[in-house]
Amino acid sequence: MKQLKFVLIGILFGIILYKSEAASWYRIYEMFQFRSFHMYGIIGTALTTAILIVQIIKRKNVKDTNGLPIQFIDKKKSITRYLLGGTIFGLGWALTGACPGPMFALLGAGYWTLAIVLIFALIGTWIYGLLQNKLPH
Amino acid sequence: MLEIIQKPWPWYISGPLIALIMYLLLRQGKDFGMSNNLRTMCSIVGAGKTSSFFRFDWKAQIWNLLVVLGTIIGGFIAHFCLSDGTPPAINNASIADLQALGIIDKLQGYMPDSLFLFDGSLFQFLLLSIGGLLIGFGTRYAGGCSSGHAISGLSNFQLPSLIAVIGFFIGGIIMIHFIFPLIF
Repeated sequence: MKQLKFVLIGILFGIILYKSEAASWYRIYEMFQFRSFHMYGIIGTALTTAILIVQIIKRKNVKDTNGLPIQFIDKKKSITRYLLGGTIFGLGWALTGACPGPMFALLGAGYWTLAIVLIFALIGTWIYGLLQNKLPH
Repeated sequence: MLEIIQKPWPWYISGPLIALIMYLLLRQGKDFGMSNNLRTMCSIVGAGKTSSFFRFDWKAQIWNLLVVLGTIIGGFIAHFCLSDGTPPAINNASIADLQALGIIDKLQGYMPDSLFLFDGSLFQFLLLSIGGLLIGFGTRYAGGCSSGHAISGLSNFQLPSLIAVIGFFIGGIIMIHFIFPLIF
């Protein structure tokens, strides 16, 4: 039962993704055309709020519900993997309009073709795992 | 009240709510990042036999799979209980472009039927499967997706996340401005 809260957080997340239209292919298309403020408004306000949250947590030493300090791990420095990987991800995001969060919300909304996207996203992740040591990072 | 909820939510409500999700997970001692689930799912179906990348304690990631389960349920609730079916009000120039490409006749539904209502065509299958491959490979190569980099990483002022997000946009721009006119 202790794990139920994660399902509840997910439910809230799925509703937000769908109702914000961030899960809509149309909105992603429009975003990459730079013709509408909608997606930038979502990302901008999400990011601004998230920055405030992180700053408050760091300055006030906010603990998690188990009483442990909330830690932020720095990402490993590099350019290649983030730029190349990011670009490949962006190609797929624009093509399907779905990233790994909205993908699941859309499945729940009954767009079962997203199952094809999901299965091949798993295959893509697997291919990365196989090639990891051969790729420039 | 229900009528207001059933309308599409404005960006200034949705954005802070997404940050709230990050906060709720941080308070549970967890990181907000959806693409990690793809790696976990690969491990569960046995990818560890082929690559050490998938040999980790996936049971420690069950909480994130529960978030996925919730996200599916949330999508169901939002679509079937909290929506009035209004298509996203995208701008007219984009609608005209989509009509010119033959992707839509008129704006309807949450997603274009020609891409997401399966008609058994090889073209549609290729589009969805190649899209999936790019997402799965790219997100792991980049070490995160829109949630892990654009929200979690950027909010903690991580330069790698900024580089990744710039990559997302390079990829998105190439796809929509250069590849779409070739494939549609």
